[in-house]
Amino acid sequence: MNKPVLGLVLGGILGILDGLTAWFTPAVRSQMMGIVIGSTVKGLISGILIGYFAHKVHSLALGIVVGLGVGLLLAYIVCAMQPGPNHYYFEIMLPGAIVGVIIGYATQRFGQEHAQ
Amino acid sequence: MTFLSDSALERLREAADQPDLSGTRYRLLEKLGQGGMGGVFRVKDSTLEREVALKVINIADPGLSARLLQEARVIAKLEHPGIVPVHDSGMLEDGRPYYTMKLVQGESLDELAEEIGSIADLLRTFLRICEPVAFAHAHSVLHRDLKPANIMIGPFGEVLVMDWGLSKLLAGTAASDPLSEIGTSNGTSVSLGTAHGSVLGTPGYMAPEQRDGESVDPRVDVYSLGAMLEFLFKFMPGVPAPLAAICRKAKAEDRSERYASVTDLSNDVAKFLDGLPVSVYREGFLARASRWIRRNRTWILLLLAYVVMRVLLIIFRPR
Repeated sequence: MNKPVLGLVLGGILGILDGLTAWFTPAVRSQMMGIVIGSTVKGLISGILIGYFAHKVHSLALGIVVGLGVGLLLAYIVCAMQPGPNHYYFEIMLPGAIVGVIIGYATQRFGQEHAQ
Repeated sequence: MTFLSDSALERLREAADQPDLSGTRYRLLEKLGQGGMGGVFRVKDSTLEREVALKVINIADPGLSARLLQEARVIAKLEHPGIVPVHDSGMLEDGRPYYTMKLVQGESLDELAEEIGSIADLLRTFLRICEPVAFAHAHSVLHRDLKPANIMIGPFGEVLVMDWGLSKLLAGTAASDPLSEIGTSNGTSVSLGTAHGSVLGTPGYMAPEQRDGESVDPRVDVYSLGAMLEFLFKFMPGVPAPLAAICRKAKAEDRSERYASVTDLSNDVAKFLDGLPVSVYREGFLARASRWIRRNRTWILLLLAYVVMRVLLIIFRPR
């Protein structure tokens, strides 16, 4: 599995898990489907961006920093898109950042250098 | 009658020790070391204008001469980054053969082991010693004198296996193997070290079968490598049980209980380094779990951070 694909898979899985945790917030439970889909798409986009970066730049520290940045940025965009007065910045951006760090670390450490 | 002073006698003795290199392209610079068979000198190659090491036997003895030439031929055939390359060979005017090789600037493992530091670095060095030995075995050559003093570590961390003076070419070497040409015209094995029927080697590093003058096979070097691993244990803060088991297996008195090859031994050491189970140590559940956690520490920490963060967000979620 090459690095962008690894990022895509990991981002997708973590995105789904991230979305499913919305179940613990009763206020948004009715919008579960939309949240899971949105979270998964966000995870997939983060994963492929971070995986592509890992494919181009081989540095664990830079990979983690870029993962953190991409995770935060995409999570911020999702927050900004939230309708209503509550944007859930903290609840969305913190997990997004950690997911970005995990993908950044994983794509730097694992995954093939070149797709054969 | 006048008597020579001790210092004058010493100088005379040193001068007598030095080989007469007139008639060769080499100029003597200094003595580097002295072994049982001969001495090694730092010399200048006047043609190529570089310094090399020159090995020459102490006395013009036909048996020793044959051994030195045999050693040179064996090393010359074993082209490996972990084996010092031979450049040239010839005969001095007094009839003693010599050969020149790359001058290795470095320190032997017994001098340097203390400075290597971590268990991982010591084991990585050990693995790099195994590589040329396994290569030699693949070419049917046994070293038979592996010990820390015969391992040289260069300034850039390069590891070289030195002193192949006791090496043995195994019988039955395939005709296609270039080494089969070395001294095996009658089809029998050539033993450099036991040409005179004597037992040669280093106590503590010598396998029992070598000590007892029995026939030897690659497991003789496996034993010496096990002894070398045990030597490295002295520089480790504690010896992990799997590593001790590897050493016991390599140093088994009965050769049938040893690793069958150097590759098997080095594979187990490499597995230990990678945090994987080794073939000779059966670990319990706790040991296995602890090894798995050590191996996946970063993953576990990252996922734990994620889970903790999620739990905290659920607990402190806005009502």
